[in-house]
Amino acid sequence: MSVDLATVRRIAHLSRISVSEDEAPHLQNELNAILGFVEELNSVDVTGVEPMTSVLPMRMKKRVDEITDGYIQQKVLANAPAREDGFFVVPKVIE
Amino acid sequence: MNTPAKHKLIAGATGDWEVVIGLEIHAQVTSKSKLFSGASTEFGGEPNTHVSLVDAAMPGMLPVINEECVKQAIRTGLALKAKINHRSVFDRKNYFYPDLPQGYQISQFKHPIVGEGEVLVDLSPTEQIKVGIERLHLEQDAGKSLHDLSANDSHVDLNRSGVALMEIVSKPDMRSADEAKAYVSKLRTILRYAGTCDGNMEQGSLRADVNVSVRKPGDPFGTRCEIKNVNSIRFIGQAIDVEARRQIGILEDGGKIDQETRLYDPTKGETRSMRSKEEAHDYRYFPDPDLLPLEFDQPYVDALAEGLPELPDEKKARFIAQYGLTPYDAGVLVLERAFGDYFEDAAKGRDSKLVANWVINELFGRLNKEGKDIETSPVSAAQIGGIVDLISANTISGKIAKDLFEIVWSEGGDPAEIVEKRGMKQVTDTGAIEAAVDEIIAKNPDKVEQAKAKPTMLGWFVGQVMKATGGKANPQAVNELLKSKLGI
Repeated sequence: MSVDLATVRRIAHLSRISVSEDEAPHLQNELNAILGFVEELNSVDVTGVEPMTSVLPMRMKKRVDEITDGYIQQKVLANAPAREDGFFVVPKVIE
Repeated sequence: MNTPAKHKLIAGATGDWEVVIGLEIHAQVTSKSKLFSGASTEFGGEPNTHVSLVDAAMPGMLPVINEECVKQAIRTGLALKAKINHRSVFDRKNYFYPDLPQGYQISQFKHPIVGEGEVLVDLSPTEQIKVGIERLHLEQDAGKSLHDLSANDSHVDLNRSGVALMEIVSKPDMRSADEAKAYVSKLRTILRYAGTCDGNMEQGSLRADVNVSVRKPGDPFGTRCEIKNVNSIRFIGQAIDVEARRQIGILEDGGKIDQETRLYDPTKGETRSMRSKEEAHDYRYFPDPDLLPLEFDQPYVDALAEGLPELPDEKKARFIAQYGLTPYDAGVLVLERAFGDYFEDAAKGRDSKLVANWVINELFGRLNKEGKDIETSPVSAAQIGGIVDLISANTISGKIAKDLFEIVWSEGGDPAEIVEKRGMKQVTDTGAIEAAVDEIIAKNPDKVEQAKAKPTMLGWFVGQVMKATGGKANPQAVNELLKSKLGI
């Protein structure tokens, strides 16, 4: 599997990363190198092997249903470029 | 799955069309805190106050799952008679929008927590359909964007961001707007019984994406359109009818349907295409590396099953068997858990059919009219039971009982005491009734003659006697006396 230039541009757009025309071919090479490496892994026969989701055999930790957080409006908004009356303010988006 | 009934088809210029409907319901999980953070799920509140640094997607913050939300999803799955998957996986669904600070929604894609199930939906006392459930999965809600606070900006409130949702996907088993509406109502009832979602559509606790396609009966499925985010049962019905008509129009003009996402505009009564940017639907799902698979065993599920209350279908069957109610009455009384509780309180040791009548016709009618719900009913189950006792004992007539209901509704009090104090007891003393009957007969010789020729005149006499006795005469006694005196 390898990617062409159009795919590189599309992935960049979906990830909202600005990629210039000059950079695109370079990224294409890098992505294809990664895919080539993964391809190599594909040659290993893993029939009957459970996918490993964690290095240690452990179960997901769970919380009890209690309100232990929130009410930190100022902290939440601290890095916002624009805010008003407790809201984040962003350029108008209407779908 | 359900066979097309002639009356459900839509007549077009080229013959009948069948509409095929599947629904994705987003139901907000009833919990105190969010799916992956300890912030409150309470509706409303100052903007961005029910938000933790996890919900705001600050770098380095990690999600930790709320066990109650997991239990709620399992309870719902059990209530939908669905397969519970002992192992499920959370995935990231990637897209960009200002009210989704993570840049992805944590959802379940390949391995949902609940698999196939089914819902029985009553369309009428005699018609029932089965709607298949495809799956139920847990996911995060997004924040809320407000577009009308300023001309050039949108305002974002993350209070809802990260609240747990259950997405419940049906199979394309519905064939009319009425079937879809009945399905949503039933699902809402089941969720409320299970206590897993409050079903409040005004506050957005229950929202529907409606998939609609049309076909000629017997043909394979047509291309479908998805109508997003419809937030009332009435609008779901309207959106389906409007969209089916639109598709039939296009097909009959020789066109083809584009698979797309549409919005329903209730004020204009039309659906329109959401001008979604190309590529918007490439979500690039992958397992969330921050979360391990969600695993539990059968005893865990069994314990939750044991804690479930009696569900509406079982309760309805029991009401029919135990109380001899009609399927219709039983159906009404199980719509809400509180209805059934009220009825059973009132029916204890009484004529249950009569109690059902009074609860459904008098009480529910009155509650509806005044916009009250059963929790705030001015007439308690004990009071309505008291009224029924007085009717059953022949102490008051059905007509006086209605007056009594009015008094109890507006003034409260013990029904038996009110009847005693205000002299509302039915007159069963034949002597007194006879005196009234004799008087009416003596006063109306012409009517007496008429009645001999036309026995239906009896009604007029009964009316006169009831009037003369202030409605308190026992109607049966009046009837019998009149019949014998008039010789009819």
